[in-house]
Amino acid sequence: MNSTGGLETSGSTEEAIVDAVRKTFPDGVTIGGIAPRRIFARADRAIIYKLCEFLKNELKFDHVSCVTGVDRIDRFQVVYHLSSYENRCVLEITVDIPHDDPEIDSVTPLWGGANWHEREAYDMFGIRFKNHPRLERIFLPEDTQYFPFRKDFKLGRQ
Amino acid sequence: MDLSLAPNAIAMSVREFVKWSSELFDDLMRATGVKRAVDKITTPIWSWSLRNSIFPLHFGIACCALEMAASSAPRWDAERFGIVYRSSPRQCDVLLVNGWVTTKLRPDLRRLYEQMPEPKWVIAMGECAISGGPWYDSHTVVQGVDTFIPVDIYVPGCPPRPEALLDGFLKLQDKIRASTKGRFLED
Repeated sequence: MNSTGGLETSGSTEEAIVDAVRKTFPDGVTIGGIAPRRIFARADRAIIYKLCEFLKNELKFDHVSCVTGVDRIDRFQVVYHLSSYENRCVLEITVDIPHDDPEIDSVTPLWGGANWHEREAYDMFGIRFKNHPRLERIFLPEDTQYFPFRKDFKLGRQ
Repeated sequence: MDLSLAPNAIAMSVREFVKWSSELFDDLMRATGVKRAVDKITTPIWSWSLRNSIFPLHFGIACCALEMAASSAPRWDAERFGIVYRSSPRQCDVLLVNGWVTTKLRPDLRRLYEQMPEPKWVIAMGECAISGGPWYDSHTVVQGVDTFIPVDIYVPGCPPRPEALLDGFLKLQDKIRASTKGRFLED
């Protein structure tokens, strides 16, 4: 651990992480960019669980700050913010999933903290997380018939 | 006034006699104007006691709950009007709804309302409780408490200042004064 506030020169932790990820997952992961203490990546739906397992066990990403959904109208996105005390950086992974089959592997078995985030994404977007221990609505009443954060959800006077 | 002993002229059980005699007494009191006189004397007393011991339910939902707290704090001191917050619906006569009510909260709030003993009143405090407020046309916020609970007093504001809430309580006192009925022989 150094105390330069993470603003390191070349050979930084971020680049080391990116190299390790590229080496292990030669296809399926696209690195979108590197900023100080930030890494942006896109990943395929098929490898997300393996990728997260690798990030957790090998690269010491020990905390999931955020799992959420985005409705891009032609597709859904799931966005993960993984952070690490050890590397002192945040890795943002964006995964595209098709609109008619919004299903993705749950990372709750890896990080318990993802549990409620994924339940919220299911509650608001209807994205199903496979192997989630308890995929139920978390905010809305259980009998709600809609997913309110989807762009095609139309409000009407109640 | 029916003083006939039919159909019990031959024999009357104790229960029947009690019923007959209490009805007789009741009719006499009404017919001679005694009930009206007693009501005229006692109704202001009941009304005074109801007015000056408003017990709202200690139930804060959102930001308005802080105004509710401020109005009972020393600076505004709602207690000088006899407004004491009770923490059980069984001991309250005013349901003060302050904040947005979501569809998830609605059945519980309705249950709280039904658990309160009569006579009871409802104050809708702030825009959310009145009409949904900033959450107009929201997918989960109920568009006004009066969609499922009868509301007596509306206190507009976002949030209403404590003096506005106290004014709402004073309006409620006026309403109680105007609507208290004589209860002699009524139950």
